[in-house]
Amino acid sequence: MEKKELLSLSATALGAAVKAGKTTAVEAMEAVLGQIEEWESIYHCYVTIGKEAALAKAADVQKKIEAGELTGPLAGVPAAVKDNLCTEGVLTTCSSKILENFVPTFSSEAVRNLERAGVVLIGKTNMDEFAMGSTTETSYFGVTKNPRNPEHVPGGSSGGSAAAVAAQECFFALGSDTGGSIRQPASYCGVVGMKPTYGTVSRYGLIAYGSSLDQIGPLTKTVEDCAAVLEAITSHDCKDSTSVKREDTDFTSALVADVKGMRIGIPRDYFGEGLDPEVKAAVLKAADLLKEQGALVEEFDLSLVEYAIPTYYTIAAAEASSNLERFDGIKYGYRAEDAAGLHQMYKRTRSQGFGPEVKRRIMLGSFVLSSGYYDAYYLKALKVKAMIKKAFDRAFLKYDCILGPVAPATAPKLGESLSDPMKMYLGDIYTISVNLAGLPGISVPCGTDSKGLPIGLQLIGDCFQEKKLIRTAYTFERLRKEEA
Amino acid sequence: MANMISDETIEYVGILAKLELSGEEKEAAKKSMGEMLDYIDKLNELNTTDVEPMSHVFPIQNVFREDEVTNGDESAKTLQNAPSQKDNMFIVPKTFD
Repeated sequence: MEKKELLSLSATALGAAVKAGKTTAVEAMEAVLGQIEEWESIYHCYVTIGKEAALAKAADVQKKIEAGELTGPLAGVPAAVKDNLCTEGVLTTCSSKILENFVPTFSSEAVRNLERAGVVLIGKTNMDEFAMGSTTETSYFGVTKNPRNPEHVPGGSSGGSAAAVAAQECFFALGSDTGGSIRQPASYCGVVGMKPTYGTVSRYGLIAYGSSLDQIGPLTKTVEDCAAVLEAITSHDCKDSTSVKREDTDFTSALVADVKGMRIGIPRDYFGEGLDPEVKAAVLKAADLLKEQGALVEEFDLSLVEYAIPTYYTIAAAEASSNLERFDGIKYGYRAEDAAGLHQMYKRTRSQGFGPEVKRRIMLGSFVLSSGYYDAYYLKALKVKAMIKKAFDRAFLKYDCILGPVAPATAPKLGESLSDPMKMYLGDIYTISVNLAGLPGISVPCGTDSKGLPIGLQLIGDCFQEKKLIRTAYTFERLRKEEA
Repeated sequence: MANMISDETIEYVGILAKLELSGEEKEAAKKSMGEMLDYIDKLNELNTTDVEPMSHVFPIQNVFREDEVTNGDESAKTLQNAPSQKDNMFIVPKTFD
């Protein structure tokens, strides 16, 4: 198969082509590595690329496909993984200096599930340091650029994963989403991204940021790929005590282009001040398209939307301050030299090893958990979280999905966001409450603005209702293709 | 700014967070933490008197399993990541005099 045609295939189309003998896993990997060679110096999607290992693994997988040992829809497909997912024998940095030399001795469960499905890993993608950021600019290893327009950020924190999919430097990627870190970069780069219900994908081997909010999910070219990848990585895992045993994990069965009778709610509170008019128009047009196909679309008041960001930053910072205590220069990673004693070594290692955004959140988290402030800040936030969850519960009594924008605007220019962290945090307003309530959410491309930058449509479902999101997103994707 | 963070508070947070901050970093931290807390104070607009704090979205309590060994001796592999090691142990700086 010709290289250009090969690279344009979706992950599932490539899997089918490999199975049919039209191409091979090795040919696909060579094509992707060629694409990386050509574009990586501009986009910088990856922290680590394992060229030799990837080619060897692709050859091995090809043999198993031919022998009939690997028969799944993703067998032989080259994919990328965010650099906060542990990969045995492969550098895993979290895009931080403090883990610049960390080579895990085990792989995360999500990665193992991909390997069992015959997916071949290319390398590890760039991200905001410890997944803290919305632009991939806080990476210790430099910024990633948006392949749709390299003067703009790819979003974050899974910016490398989203950019790699958009740049055809992989056929799909895994990311992690704590407050929008899959959905927002997917939106900025014009790809599909999904955060599943909390507990769906094992977090074993995911380097923790906010454990009660973190969830691994796919970044893909199409909704069909998204369903197939989610199906592959979902599993009940005893190694993650928050893993949920689910029965309905045949997500690809929801790839049905039909939304007749689907009850879709549009929260008025998502369309107020601060939303870019072009984003608003594109998202509302998507709602109209679904309505024309028989979906029951109406507006409603979700409430409490403006409280989601302060709640999130309190809880996420608290959990981060606790989770990141393990980085102390003893067992792995960077260690500061010239310290006089153990305590000074801890402090210097962490001060030199963490970047400014990570330090900011660790300090805030330490403060809100400290005695005297715990009740006023941390406990208060947990109470508001319960109220936010209730508001969603009420909405899902009436609706199958909630429809809105992913982000208030399209991708900002490189260098515009970090100078004002408060403003950057406000950009998470539509994605963050989904994590607080443990819900699934999907981002699907729904247009471009006048600068040619992609706009994302977000669909939010009740817990365990990924299939409704996939069905709606799949229908919309088909409608949009027909329109074009 | 309603929340003025004192030098003492930043010192104390630095101890809790195990971070050594330069004078410049301390000033920046005072400002940014004050701004964040002002913003978080917005939550006080809500009456949460009868609301139970929610740490987990699902009613999962303790998850128990048998304490069975499933892995082998991985100490050699684990130590490969150590910044400093000797005789199958981590080396750390002097801890007391």
